[in-house]
Formats: sequence, structure tokens, C-alpha cells
Amino acid sequence: MLDKALIGSRRYWIWIIILLALIGIGFINYLRQFNYGLGITGMSRDVSWGFYISQFTFLVGVAASAVMLVIPYYLHNYKKFSKIVILGEFLAVAAVTMCLLFIFVDMGQPMRILNVILHPTPNSILFWDALVLNGYLFLNIVIGWATLHAERKGIPPASWLKPLIYISIPWAISIHTVTAFLYAGLPGRHFWLTAIMAARFLASAFASGPALLLIVALLVRKYTKFDPGREPIQTVGKIVTYAMIVNVFFFLLELFTAFYSKVPGHMHSFEYLFAGYEGYGKLVPLMWISIILAIISLILLINPNTRRNETTLVLGALAVFFSLWIDKGFGLVIGGFIPNPFETVTEYWPTLPETLITIGVWAIGFLILTVLYKVVVSVREELGDVEVEH
Amino acid sequence: MSLNRREFLKITGLIGLGIGVSGVNLLLRGRVDASEFLSSPESLVAERWAMVVDVNKFKTEEDYRRIIDACHSIHNVPDFGNKKDEVKWIWTDEFEHAFPEQQNRYLPEWVREKPFPLLCNHCDNPPCVRVCPTKATFKRKDGIVAQDPHRCIGCRFCMAACPYGSRSFNWRDPGPFIKERNPDFPTRSIGVVEKCTFCVERLAKGLEPACVEKSNGGLVFGDLADPNSNVRRLLSTHYTIRRKPELGTQPSVFYIIGGEENA
Repeated sequence: MLDKALIGSRRYWIWIIILLALIGIGFINYLRQFNYGLGITGMSRDVSWGFYISQFTFLVGVAASAVMLVIPYYLHNYKKFSKIVILGEFLAVAAVTMCLLFIFVDMGQPMRILNVILHPTPNSILFWDALVLNGYLFLNIVIGWATLHAERKGIPPASWLKPLIYISIPWAISIHTVTAFLYAGLPGRHFWLTAIMAARFLASAFASGPALLLIVALLVRKYTKFDPGREPIQTVGKIVTYAMIVNVFFFLLELFTAFYSKVPGHMHSFEYLFAGYEGYGKLVPLMWISIILAIISLILLINPNTRRNETTLVLGALAVFFSLWIDKGFGLVIGGFIPNPFETVTEYWPTLPETLITIGVWAIGFLILTVLYKVVVSVREELGDVEVEH
Repeated sequence: MSLNRREFLKITGLIGLGIGVSGVNLLLRGRVDASEFLSSPESLVAERWAMVVDVNKFKTEEDYRRIIDACHSIHNVPDFGNKKDEVKWIWTDEFEHAFPEQQNRYLPEWVREKPFPLLCNHCDNPPCVRVCPTKATFKRKDGIVAQDPHRCIGCRFCMAACPYGSRSFNWRDPGPFIKERNPDFPTRSIGVVEKCTFCVERLAKGLEPACVEKSNGGLVFGDLADPNSNVRRLLSTHYTIRRKPELGTQPSVFYIIGGEENA
């Protein structure tokens, strides 16, 4: 079926070439990083994780969110998701691949990465994260590919797929829980040391992932003749709405605990991110953009009129996605390192090579997504589900 | 002979398995665990190594300089001259940064302004060891938190986990930034984490840690498990504090606080 990705319109190939160019630029910069060391990034002794690990954290959420389509379709027999559930699974494939690549580019000694398997260490959460992420990638490739294959042949999916699909549901929850545990179990990092971390991660994942899916599905509809249908899009919109409300609620819970208890360590990172701490506030404007986008998204999504209107629905989804990208793809990881264990501040901002490597990894993700979605659309065109356009 | 698909898959599967098994066998055959090496008779041994820092014994800037230089020069610690790339094993900071949970604006001036030597605490419950995905950092039987820079993958999870900011990462090649190379101690490569090791290499030769040797009694090193050791004697006669004890890491570096009259 992969051959379907080799036949496409002019626009398809231009898009592929743009992605390949971005990947190439990212790769050249990765080689520079490989030679010079991670000092080429904005990271430092005090802020020892930066853009890469925060993108990884954000994308684990996007990957996990496929379950928001799998649960209604496979557990509740919500047939209207039949056309888009595979979009969720393939989005997960692209997102998990990006996660693994972001971990890889963050390694100081990437050639030794297999030491994680050669010296398995169950007390390290990173060991479990590597396991669950690779497992989730495998599950989604197999499930997505096999169901599409069956659809193409016009036969029901193989019976052995059912257990895999059911396993993939708790597995999706596990990838984001384990990722939250990377942070939530570290003594002395007050910003992360919170029992609600995994729950907050899942809430933001189930908002940002389906929001991205909604945007991408409508893009697919715009540029191909594949139509996911109006009602599934509306349902995804509702999922995003509920998850975003829960996410904002969890965030407010964090604020209450920090600022009512007035325990300094609990307040410091919030102060740094949203108001500035001891005169440092590089991230303050960005974090406020995140808050404003969150408010805009809630207004657009909660109001039934704007949610039903597809233009404002997409705007709401975009606002959710970028709000949470800033919150989790930036603030959460960086904020945890500021102030440092000595309660002094070293600020962080990504450098140009670091940014280009990050864009390169995203481009790889979008390339995988494009190829997989192209296969899906082509298979369905062949089946006559949609009109053929070449 | 013609093979059908099923037979072909069976045979390739079996061959693959065979290669895998022999590969694992090859990898494991030469394997020797560090613990299989016996310590030499002259080495200093203890059940639980610990350090007591008596800041009262540090009078001048030179007193601090001497211990830091001793450590950094023999361990080939690079000096990048900037904070971003900084690598350090032992350094000083003010009381409010070393003990942030003990902030008290009415502390005597000499406490507020005195530099405190800081280093790895060699915790009983080291979070860095807990999080390391490759066992590159590990706790020895004598309590020292050591590490194998050749196994480190540079994920920096230990840096996020250490509540004491004791760990440094080689953001760049340290080679050109080592002032004078000590050929008896390995240099580190790009992309690995490092920190104080309580001078395991010197203990093995029967020597005290380098900083202790140069401290004129300001740093005292000994066996915490031995009630008659020098560290235990100091701990039983002085009021000492540890960094962030509320985290339950059980640091084994103790600080004597108190004026000359208590010393």
C-alpha cells in the first residue's frame, strides 16, 4: 500500500519537497551539534533540559490522544468515527516517532543509546518510558496498517487485531502517565513534584491532540476529496472542549495550592513564568499568550454557536493547540528548572541551531503523517468512497 | 529446491534467532563486573564514607581556593570561563543559596556572608542513582555515589533529579579547557555528566580526598558507621546541619554551624 504515497499531485510533491528541505536543514544542524556538543543549544548547567525534551513531552500527549477516537469507536460502537479513527492512529505514529527522535537529539552520547536496553534499569522511569513509547508505536503501526489493509480488501479486520486495539487503550494512558512520572517523582523540583501532574498531562493531551487532529482532518478534506463528515468533526470538537475545560481546571488547582499555602518553592516557578522572578521574566510574554489563547479557545468552544460553525471551531482548535504547545512545549519543562536548586535564576532560550533541529524533527513527523494519510486517502479513493482526483 | 513463503519465513526466522543468540553470547562472554576486582591492601575502606565541613576553619579566600584547585586540577575539571558550560566538582556559595529553606534575614552577618563549600552529598537515597536509565551512576557499598562516564548516555535525568545542583554536563569538548592535564586521571568526553566522587581513586591508594588533604582541618573525612571515627566525634560534639534534609535523601556531607566559641 505504501506505493500509493509515490503517486501524487504536484501540490503533494511540493509539500513533500518542502518537508524534505526542512529535514535536511535540521539534519545538517544536528551534525553540527553532534560535533560541537549540546553546548550549541541554549541549555546550561542550571536549565539542563530545553526545547527538545519539552517538545517530546508535548508530543507524547498528541500521541496518546488517539485513544479519544479509539474509545468511542471500538468501545462505544460510535460508527461515525469509522472514517477518522485511522487518522488518529496514524497521527499517533507520527507523534511517537517525533517523541523518540526528540529524545535521541537530546542525548549527549547518542551512539550509546542502546545502553538503555543493554543495562535495563527498572528503577529509572526513562527505561519504562522507552518501553511504553516503542510499544505504543508498534501497536499503532500494526493496528492502523492492518485495519486499512482489510478495508482495502473489503474484508473485516483480522480477529487478532481486537486484543491489540483493547490493549492500545490503557497503553495510550500509560505513555503519558509514565512521561509525567519522569517529572513528578523528582525531589527538590517543586514545580513538577505534584500528584496531579499525570492527570494534568492527560487532560492537556486530550485537548491538544484531538485539536490537531481536527485541524489536520479539515486540511485533508480541503486538499483531497476525502470527507471525514461533519458530525465526527463536531464530536471531536466537543472532546477538545471538555478536555480543555478540565485542563484549565487542573491548572487552577495548581495555582490554588501554590498561592494559598504560600510555600515559597511552590510559588517560585509560577511567579517566574507568569510575572517574573527576581527581575527575570523572559518567558512571561509567551506564557500570557498561552493564557489569552486558552481563554479565547474556551469562549469559542463552549459557546455552541461558535463551536458548530466550522470556521470558528477551527480557530478554537488552533487556539487550544498553540496555547497548550506553549504551556507544555515550553513553560512546563523550562519552568521546572527556574529557579535552580540554589534559588537563583539562569534563563533559557533556544538557539538557532536548536530551533532548526526542532523544526527538522517536526518536519519528519509531518512527512510520516503526510505519507500515511496519503495512503489512507488513496485507498479510499480506490474503493470509491470518495471521488478520484489526480 | 523451491521454497514456499512459509518455509522461507521459517528458515530466515531460525537463522535470525541463531545470529541473535550467538551475538548475545559474544557480548556477554568477555564481561567482567567492576565488583569482581578486589581492593588493594593499602586502600582506605569504610562502611559509610562521610564528610564534615567546618566552615570556621576557612578564614581567607585562599583557604577555599586551595581545596577547589586541588580537586579540579587532579581530576582534569575544565574551566570554560562561562556559566553556561560550567563544570565543577566543588565550589562555594552563600548560606541562603546552600540552605535556601533556612532563610532568615536576621542571621549573623558572618553566617550570611560566609562562603560554604558545596559538593556532591553522596546521599544514602540518591535520586540521581534512582533515575539513571543505564546504571552509569551508582552507589557503592561504602556509600560513595560513583559513576561510569563510559556508560553515560548523556540524558541528564540525574541533573534534573539532583536537588543540590551537584552535577555538571560536558556541553562541549572539555579537552582544550583543561589547564594542565593530569595523566593519572581520565578526562571526560563530550556529552557525559560528571561530579565529585569523594576521590575514589585516591582512597584506593590509601589517600584521603584531595580537598580534605588541602583543607587544614576544615574538611574532615571518615567512616560514619564507626562510632570512634573522627567524623562521628565531630558530629557528637557540634551542632551540624545538612542540605535539604526534608527531601529524605540523607546527605552524608555535614556542616558545622556556630561561631569560634563552639568549635
